Amino acid sequence: MSKIKQDVQETLSCVKSGHTVLVGGFGLIGAPLTLIDGLTKRDVSDLTIVSNNLGESGKGLGILLNQNKIKKGIGSYFTSNRDVGDKYQRGEIDLQLLPQGTLAESLRAGGAGLGGYYTTTGVGTKLAEGKEEREIDGVRYVFEKAIRADVALIRAHKADTLGNVVYYKTARNFNPLMASAAKTVIVEVDEIVEPGELNPEAIATPHLYIDHIVKAAHILTKEGVVHS
Amino acid sequence: MKTKLSKKEMQHRIAARAAKELKGPCVVNLGIGIPTLIPEYLQDENIFLHTENGLLGVTDVEEEDMDPNLVNAGKLPVGEAVGAAYFHSSDSFAMIRGGHVDVAVLGVLQVEQTGIIANWAVPGKNIMGVGGAMDLLVGAKKVIVTMSHTSKDGKSKLLKECTYPITSTRSVDMIITELAVFKVADKQMQLVELMPGVTIEEVREKTEADFIEMHEERG
Repeated sequence: MSKIKQDVQETLSCVKSGHTVLVGGFGLIGAPLTLIDGLTKRDVSDLTIVSNNLGESGKGLGILLNQNKIKKGIGSYFTSNRDVGDKYQRGEIDLQLLPQGTLAESLRAGGAGLGGYYTTTGVGTKLAEGKEEREIDGVRYVFEKAIRADVALIRAHKADTLGNVVYYKTARNFNPLMASAAKTVIVEVDEIVEPGELNPEAIATPHLYIDHIVKAAHILTKEGVVHS
Repeated sequence: MKTKLSKKEMQHRIAARAAKELKGPCVVNLGIGIPTLIPEYLQDENIFLHTENGLLGVTDVEEEDMDPNLVNAGKLPVGEAVGAAYFHSSDSFAMIRGGHVDVAVLGVLQVEQTGIIANWAVPGKNIMGVGGAMDLLVGAKKVIVTMSHTSKDGKSKLLKECTYPITSTRSVDMIITELAVFKVADKQMQLVELMPGVTIEEVREKTEADFIEMHEERG
């Protein structure tokens, strides 16, 4: 069965209320804006969203936030969308703040079949409170659990019809990690090509990680988010 | 005497001074805020700028060449230097935690006299972003802090003890403000340089932290 999907809404029917969803991007850069837009039109709630930021105010995941569809956010930098802080102060959202390297590594571990790992990052700070600590060769480490999810929504530059994926500049960020760490992975791309057209050496996410491919309709330009 | 500088003058003075600390060959990660002004003052082509969102080889970009998908950690448009490489976030932080980044230059909210900093949260406020700061503190070989000496209401940001949550138990190595340069050794701040036109009295008056005076008087 082809991985290429025309209907974004139907493809997103795998996202159910209460699900944990990984969403790629560093702010809006490398965020799957078409899939996020699709999710804002679906009747789902109580989502746990794992993403570096929860979008910007009224943009990207910021729209989903303002629709009160997000129960919990897991990320490293919520400051860039002040609506997140406002909701948190009002007790309307749970937040779990992780150091950015820990967020990335927890996703990598989740995708690599690991239960977790020990890191020096955060030791002795508020973000390590309640987490197991252990000394290895005289250095203190904190245990961080792997992150796995129901669905991953990611953004890439090109995919071939098998699902091999290449990224574009700094829009890569968390996307390859998230592609490995969810049961169902949907990628949106600028261009879909035939197998053999992508340089095998340049493929950053091999096709075994990808379930569905859609064409991007919402694109980040110099002027902001544009619907093509 | 009191030093009067506009915000822009202050930020550029600090960035220019921080740039002098960077000598190639080295890999440098620049944080958000004042550190993003440092590239303007770098001459050495053997300084390779790393940004945690996935690029080694950051350079300035002209307005007409700006690409919305090519940004630094502050989400500002940047250029791609000759010899640049892209990577995903996990690789990027493996480079940081793994000790492969030589210098990190960070902005902070507070620094205490032991060199421990706070820069990711203000209790009760909407500042809830740790980003890559904790990783850089544990991983970068040298950490330089660039900051305004006082807050908007004139209070010292160099404190005896941080009142905001700390970023790491590791002390930074150097603190550069618009008034002075401090080194940190054995968990103790040492004043090593006064900025042009600044007197030791002014630094004493505007600094809550205890520090040792090791600067040479300027004639």
